[in-house]
Amino acid sequence: MTTNDAVDEKRRDFLYIATGAVAAVGAGLACWPLIDQMNPDATVKALASIEVDLSPVELGQSITVVWRGKPVFVRHRTEEDIKAAEAVDVATLRDPQSDKDRVQKPEWLVMVGICTHLGCIPKGQKVGDDRGDYNGWFCPCHGSHYDTAGRIRKGPAPLNLVVPPYEFLTDEKIKIG
Amino acid sequence: MSGHASFEPTNKIVKWFEDRLPVLGLAHASFVAFPTPRNLNYWWTFGGILFFFLLVQIITGIILAMHYVPHEALAFDSTEHILRDVNYGWLLRYLHSNGASMFFLAVYIHIFRGLYYGSFKGPREILWIIGVVIYVLMMAAGFLGYVLPWGQMSFWAATVITNLFSAFPIVGEPIVQWLWGGFSVGQPTLNRFFSFHYLVPLLLYVFVILHVWALHVVGNNNPTGVSVKKDQDTLPFHPYYTIKDSYAIVAFLLIYFWFVFFNPNQLGHPDNYIPADALVTPPHIVPEWYFLPFYAILRAVPDKLGGVLLMFGALAVLAVLPWLDRSKARSLTYRPLMKGFFWIFAVDAVLLGWLGSQPAEGIFVTLSRLATAYYFAHFLIILPLVSKFEVPRPRPASIMDAVLEKSGDADEAKS
Amino acid sequence: MIMRTKLMKTFPKRIAAAGLIAGAVLAAGALSQPAMASTGGVSTPHMQKWSFGGVFGRFDRAQLKRGLQVYREVCSACHGLKRVAFRTLSQPGGPELSEDVVKELAAEYEIKDGPDDEGEMYDRPGTLKDYFPSTYPNDKAARAANNGALPPDLSIITKARGYHRGFPGWFLDLFTGYQEAGADYVHALLTGYEEEPPEGFHLVDGMSYNHYFGGNQIGMPPPLSDELVEYEDGTKATVDQMAKDVTAFLMWTAEPTLEQRKRLGFQVFLFVLLLSGMLYFTTKRLWHGVKH
Repeated sequence: MTTNDAVDEKRRDFLYIATGAVAAVGAGLACWPLIDQMNPDATVKALASIEVDLSPVELGQSITVVWRGKPVFVRHRTEEDIKAAEAVDVATLRDPQSDKDRVQKPEWLVMVGICTHLGCIPKGQKVGDDRGDYNGWFCPCHGSHYDTAGRIRKGPAPLNLVVPPYEFLTDEKIKIG
Repeated sequence: MSGHASFEPTNKIVKWFEDRLPVLGLAHASFVAFPTPRNLNYWWTFGGILFFFLLVQIITGIILAMHYVPHEALAFDSTEHILRDVNYGWLLRYLHSNGASMFFLAVYIHIFRGLYYGSFKGPREILWIIGVVIYVLMMAAGFLGYVLPWGQMSFWAATVITNLFSAFPIVGEPIVQWLWGGFSVGQPTLNRFFSFHYLVPLLLYVFVILHVWALHVVGNNNPTGVSVKKDQDTLPFHPYYTIKDSYAIVAFLLIYFWFVFFNPNQLGHPDNYIPADALVTPPHIVPEWYFLPFYAILRAVPDKLGGVLLMFGALAVLAVLPWLDRSKARSLTYRPLMKGFFWIFAVDAVLLGWLGSQPAEGIFVTLSRLATAYYFAHFLIILPLVSKFEVPRPRPASIMDAVLEKSGDADEAKS
Repeated sequence: MIMRTKLMKTFPKRIAAAGLIAGAVLAAGALSQPAMASTGGVSTPHMQKWSFGGVFGRFDRAQLKRGLQVYREVCSACHGLKRVAFRTLSQPGGPELSEDVVKELAAEYEIKDGPDDEGEMYDRPGTLKDYFPSTYPNDKAARAANNGALPPDLSIITKARGYHRGFPGWFLDLFTGYQEAGADYVHALLTGYEEEPPEGFHLVDGMSYNHYFGGNQIGMPPPLSDELVEYEDGTKATVDQMAKDVTAFLMWTAEPTLEQRKRLGFQVFLFVLLLSGMLYFTTKRLWHGVKH
């Protein structure tokens, strides 16, 4: 084999490898739209954050709003609710969290209303509901009791009810998500 | 038939597997070592292009089905939802709708290549007939898919095409009602068309496998039409034709992407962006461009049943082609007279397509009748007679001889 | 014998030539068609210069904003825009209004929602996720209010309309990428009114004469007149200007992904050109020295 041939062969190999690499990159990029199409689309994302007007919710009342297909509990807490929540010794809790870490304004408690055990919706939103031993929420599925800050106090659930990301837009309006 | 290296695994695990299920050997024999005539030109790359588009249509179709809703109240809206809201939905939808057009463009080139080089002649009769079946299935899939967006053209295409069956006496009406699942095109029709649109490509896939199988039994035809005689005549499929086909596919993509990105609605019809309305027929209903020649044949006949029969006959005549052409030579390269008639037929087919897009009135009706008559005359009169009486020019002794003659190395052929 | 072979040789060429001539005659016939059609009364729209046309087409943001204004102040009296969500007004590739402006705009609309806890439907101000509410609750109400004519929803009107392009037209369109037939038609329709129909034309009461509408009788009275709206950016609100602006806006509502499509298309094209070039040289190199 002459040197000329060797150079020629090198050049040929380079051309083959480069072409193969470019084709592979193209095939890889072409996959992205095929994958991304399964992600939440624009209409779903449009519902990803909601604004809730708190003005009609009276003291002691709770409302349930739907956020990303899940119920969100909003409770306008009374003075007693707040006091009861703040009085608890955090060290004794299964999922230790002080009341003020769970609220932005003490009178408004906002939580995703899904039991952290196996995903049922706890009772306690409606007047006359069983609110459990701690006057908060009670999950009828497997008997988890939550207090007035939505913290797990008794029963199988491992964690407190989840506080979603939210912000006060005005004094009486919040944006969840 | 082989002559090229066969598959002998060196890896122990591969060998163990191969002894139990020789699938790698099959793939190797079919797509790597497969002896392919060395003189195939670029018209032979359309088989690969078609296989590529079958995959594109299946992949984009499965994805569209994730977002499409086959309900008369929601079909149009869900199609718009795909175009507007789904991530890259516009891309997938336009890839699918224009992919159908490219699929047909490629299949027409593929068919005309077969006609020109005599690829339908023995021993490839079954290969050809399977091809005709694939073509008919493609038309079914194209029609069913066109109905799904549930625009005005979708709805009226469904109405008109299903009404073709009402042409048959006695059984016609019950058949049409059975197809509709009602007394007019409606929700049951749409829902079952969606199901069929998913079914037909599966059948298509099966027939494509049979087509490839049949091809690998008898081997490729080639531009000379002369059969493969010795190993010298062939090259292994890989890398020679895998690379060449890849090049052709990527080059064809340029046409495809031109439509998808810059001209996505050119091959469609504006009326299909109007939601289906059972009370208003659009002033000009025309099928997609790839059905136009057959639509022209349908309308050329003043009799309802006659038109339908002639239209189906135009497809059926293709299936018996191997027995209509009696020439000893395959390729028209060596049949100058038939070659002339081939080009007239090509013009006639394009003319029929154009006539199919024109209103069925005045001069267009007359021209449609003439063009339709010529279509059948070509297959039933000209082809049998010319092939019987025309004496083909001398053909090369082998593919290699032809190749060497072309490159001016005739001496080498003898050595 | 010599005669015969000569005939055999030239015969195919002759037939092919005859075929070509026949094709040319037919093409010429097709060419003259639009001219015949125009004497029938309906005119062919003129092609306008649109910023969104062509391979590098982009919407003109200011024009889309003006078009939105024309739609809101004029067209929306009768026509809905039900497929357009307010949120899209602030998305890239459209009018690109700020989110706060869009929120205010949306809140000006009343959206029917419900049922509430009492089971009643109620109206609330629109939010980003809502769609332009339709002018009429249903098609029958729309017909009843409009002398029996149905004002179509305008969301995809520029894609749902077009005009007959004739023979060289449609063929050339394949290569030029002309996708603006619908926009040209809508613009022509909006500017194509005639106060008095031509002599001898019988215009039904309540209808208007339009050069571009099929049959020349249209239920929509001339919607635009000079200075009908007052543009914030100081553009002079002529009928032609407003027609162009609202048409551009309706092209965006019909094809909100147009810019994304053309931009991605250009990138993809460059890539495929590169790859096909490389494959060309690979194929050439591979087949080099192989007789075929």
